[in-house]
Order: sequence, then structure tokens, then C-alpha cells
Amino acid sequence: MSIVPILILSSALFSLGVYGMLARRNAVMVLLAIELMLNAVNINLIAFEAAWGTVGAIGQVFTIFLITVAAAEVGIGLAIVILVFRNRATANLDDFTLMKG
Amino acid sequence: MALYRSRGSGVGNMTAVFGLLAGAIVFSGFRVVTSRNVMHSALYLVGALGGTAALFVMLSAEFVAWVLVLVYIGAVIVLFLFGVMITRAPMGREASLDNEKRGFAAATAGLLFLMLSGSSLYAFKDVELQGLGETVSTADLGISLLGRFVLPFEIVSFLLLAALIGGIVLARKDLTPAQEEEGGAV
Repeated sequence: MSIVPILILSSALFSLGVYGMLARRNAVMVLLAIELMLNAVNINLIAFEAAWGTVGAIGQVFTIFLITVAAAEVGIGLAIVILVFRNRATANLDDFTLMKG
Repeated sequence: MALYRSRGSGVGNMTAVFGLLAGAIVFSGFRVVTSRNVMHSALYLVGALGGTAALFVMLSAEFVAWVLVLVYIGAVIVLFLFGVMITRAPMGREASLDNEKRGFAAATAGLLFLMLSGSSLYAFKDVELQGLGETVSTADLGISLLGRFVLPFEIVSFLLLAALIGGIVLARKDLTPAQEEEGGAV
């Protein structure tokens, strides 16, 4: 089996994530879309690992690092969203206008 | 040290399995970004991640598949559900969940998809998946993680610790000085 269908699948997932990130209004939904994009990158790494098969499975090691960093990102991201929600009583990104001149 | 593993011949035709999985993943991903209900969005993300884990098993990455299930579906999704509930995001159907620039966003995403898939079709059309059906043993992965990649491993664990402390500091309630003197029941 060729690697191309898997790369196209991950491109589709990444593009869906970009769409969600641009179109959504709620901060939690934007974080969900970012998870989709990170997941697309994971698929790419595993696919290239399956295609070339490095000793020590370097692609899989990088996928594990990526999952860890994504978990840290979600933790901090949701903490910021909760903090902003406490101060502004909204999770709507269009209302976060404190730094607008 | 040789860079490439020796590998056996690939297992026959996996195209049908892949087609089913890809359909499920793309449908779930589509529903994540278009669903009118925040809860449904988070639960469709479970579907997309579950499909990805199945794809990882197919691509001989068994350990990573279970890490994905444990960390993402087990922990991250629960965190998201908490986030949805704490920020009192509208639980029911909600018309204003998308902003008015949806057309622009769809055009950007469509163009990006065409560019990415076109360039991967052009650059990797001769690359074949090999060794399907063999699994990379978890022992090999562990040796790699704690041998060659031990420094990044430690750095990433430190990052996780920093994120943990940062999350607590950001999300805790600030106490007034009087409350802190009383012993600060948080």
C-alpha cells in the first residue's frame, strides 16, 4: 500500500482543524480544533515511520513526545480559558478585546 | 548503528481497512468542527482519536496507539469536558458558535488541503508502506526512549511538570490577604 492515502487523510484532518480554529467562536472549541491538527501531525509521523522503518522507531518516539507536549498545551490552554472566563464571564473569543487600542 | 530496520514483506491488501478508518476519522473530524453542540464536538473528537489509534495499530505502532487512547481519550477529553462545563459553554444547540468569517475559513482550509495533498502526492508517490503487520516491540521503543533520546525525554518531563504547576497557578482562585491569614480555604 502506498503512503499517499495516509498523507491525504492527515492533510484533510489538518485542514479541518484549521477551519475549526478560524471559524469557531468559543475558546474551548478552538482548542478542540488544535487537537485535531496535532493529531494529523501524529498520523504523518507514524506513517513515515511505517514507510522507512528506522532502528529504534524514531518516528514513534517523536509521536510520544508530541502527545506529551499536546497534553501540556491543553492543560495550560484550558487554565487560561478558565482564568479569562472568571474575569470576563465569557468564553467567546470575540469578546476578548482588552488589548484592542 | 544502522538507521533502518530490516523488514519482512508487507501483509497483503489493507486498503479496505484503511478506507473504512479514513472515512470514520474524516467524518468525526468534520463533526468536531461543524457540530452545533459543544458536548457533541468533544465526543466526536473521541471518535476521531479512536480511529487514529486503530490506524496506528495498522501501521505497526501498537504502543503509541495505546498511549493515544490512555492520554487523549482518557485524560485530555475529560479535561475538555470539564472546561466545557466550567465555562458554561452553551450545552444545547447554539447558533452563534461560529463567527461570521466562516466562508473565509472554509476557503483557507480548502486551499490548504489542496496544497498539502497535492504536494504529498507529488513528493511521495513512490513511497510504499513496508512491514505492515509487524509491530515495533515496546522494549525497542523503551530502549530508544531511554537511550538515544534520554535528554529530550527528561526535557519533556520537565515541561510537563512546568505545565502542571502553571495550570494550578493560573486556575486557582486568588485569595485576599485577609483570607490568606486565615489559612486560605481554597
